Amino acid sequence: MTRTAVVLCLGLLGLLIAGASPGGALMPPAGVIARDTPGDGGGSITVRWQPVVDAASYRIEAAADTAAFAAVGEVGADATEFEHEGVRDGEAHRFRVVAIDAAGNEAVSVPSAPVASRPQWFAIDLIGVAIAIIGLVAVVLWYIRRARRGEHLFIRRIAGLEAVDEAVGRATEMGRPVLYIPGTGYMSDIGTVASMNLLGEIAKKTAEYNTPIVVPVRDPVVYTVAREVVKGAYIAAGRPDAYDTGSVYFVVEQALAYAAAVSGTMVREKPATNFLMGPFHAESLILAETGAATGAIQIAGTDMVTQLPFFVVACDYTLMGEELYAASAYLAREPLMLGALKGQDMGKLVFMVILVLGTILSLLTGRDFTKILSTTGY
Amino acid sequence: MREKLPLALLIIMGLFGLAYRFMPHPGAEAFNSYLRDTLLRIISAFALILGLGNLLLRHAHRIQKREQDWVHSWVLILGFGLTAIIGLLGGVAGEGSLPTKVGNFSFNITDIYNGLLIPLGASMFSLLAFYMASAAYRSFRAKTWLAAALLLSAFIVMLGQVPLGYQISPAIPQVTQWIMEVPNTAAKRGIELGITLGVLATFLKILAGIERSWLGSGR
Repeated sequence: MTRTAVVLCLGLLGLLIAGASPGGALMPPAGVIARDTPGDGGGSITVRWQPVVDAASYRIEAAADTAAFAAVGEVGADATEFEHEGVRDGEAHRFRVVAIDAAGNEAVSVPSAPVASRPQWFAIDLIGVAIAIIGLVAVVLWYIRRARRGEHLFIRRIAGLEAVDEAVGRATEMGRPVLYIPGTGYMSDIGTVASMNLLGEIAKKTAEYNTPIVVPVRDPVVYTVAREVVKGAYIAAGRPDAYDTGSVYFVVEQALAYAAAVSGTMVREKPATNFLMGPFHAESLILAETGAATGAIQIAGTDMVTQLPFFVVACDYTLMGEELYAASAYLAREPLMLGALKGQDMGKLVFMVILVLGTILSLLTGRDFTKILSTTGY
Repeated sequence: MREKLPLALLIIMGLFGLAYRFMPHPGAEAFNSYLRDTLLRIISAFALILGLGNLLLRHAHRIQKREQDWVHSWVLILGFGLTAIIGLLGGVAGEGSLPTKVGNFSFNITDIYNGLLIPLGASMFSLLAFYMASAAYRSFRAKTWLAAALLLSAFIVMLGQVPLGYQISPAIPQVTQWIMEVPNTAAKRGIELGITLGVLATFLKILAGIERSWLGSGR
């Protein structure tokens, strides 16, 4: 080996020893890149850098325009990214990262290029959710198209909805009214919207059977909608003369006071059939138990998961979650509505397959595939 | 026009409501806040006038026709009127033109709310314990093996929530926690997944004009 080669080898060996030894000089973080945080409403810049050997922590410093650098955060040795919030949009900032070792020695990086934050119109981290929604919409529209062409679509039997005719008929035979409670939510709750759709179908049946219907309502906006729904149902059934303007009435906005008032109505008027459809809260069991005590047949449906157990024990039939949304289509049996219902079911099948596949892949690879549909980033 | 204008409004607002969930821009947030904090409140205020008018007319009709328990309707109307006068003229904390204090007895709108409404609501809420016992006694029967499993789970969960359960065995609270965290959460998530899809389908049905009963047209 020549003398030059020996010197080179010794020099390389020395560098390696110096780099590996605890007493070696701390290197500054390399590759410091700052950019506007994507998919947010502005006011945030994300800084990234490459990890440094022997660094115990990193201090991130920022400077606006020509101002001096000031510390804006500190992270541990494992971190290679920092999100600086509270930045004014459009104002350029430069960043530098200071590596700090266990002895307190510091190594300052080269400052990043100036970057300004801006608000975005689309949250890019929700792209998976957006694709899933578009896919589901496509499935629903496809089944609606099939329904328009006259294809027969099989819908599974829902016991609670099969019993509606029997329940309204029972009230007719006993000469007692049907009580419809549209939940204690607001018109902005989708469960209340579903309840209004179902109310229309049930009001048509009571109009056809000439059975009185009583609809006490908790929210004034829901009252105005319910009134129009029942009136429209009686007109559609060809019985506008049978419509009683006092059948739909506003009670009170306080939920528990509403429960007390409706319980009193149940005990006094003794309806033969009670429908409890929509969003409910703590008052659900009060209403269901009072109705059960009066001997009425009760069909309940809610999308509030916490109230389902109360309805299951106190009512004769319970529509759980999505069955409430399917109710109006199930009763109306209109092809277009059934098409949407079928699309909803097919979407559920697609989700089930994705969940099972994602779970298997996550177990096999150790990576979390469910994050693709996550909304926690927003 | 009676149907087209509400439908057009629905489509515009519905599409914005969907798109808003994907728009972090402050402009979208500002418009959403305007809709919720201003427009919806105006609509709710007008709806409240309709609702209160309906309430008063209904009870006035009951008094006029001397229907069953018509005296209670007088109580409602008088209470409504009295509270409205005290609230409008007496001020929120009694600072209005109408005196709302006699000696140490204060009856301003805040005191009526704190002294009457809240205890009455608490009384109704406390009835839940008795209703729950009644419903459980009526329904929890081990007629099938599934019902027996439900009964056993309910018993273990109830025991695990009180100190007596730990006294009997430290394993009971652990089993309770497992039941709540594993099978209960799994079932809840399954139902919520179905609800999510149902919400989307209902939204599409209404947006596409397939579901129109909310319009009051009878279709």
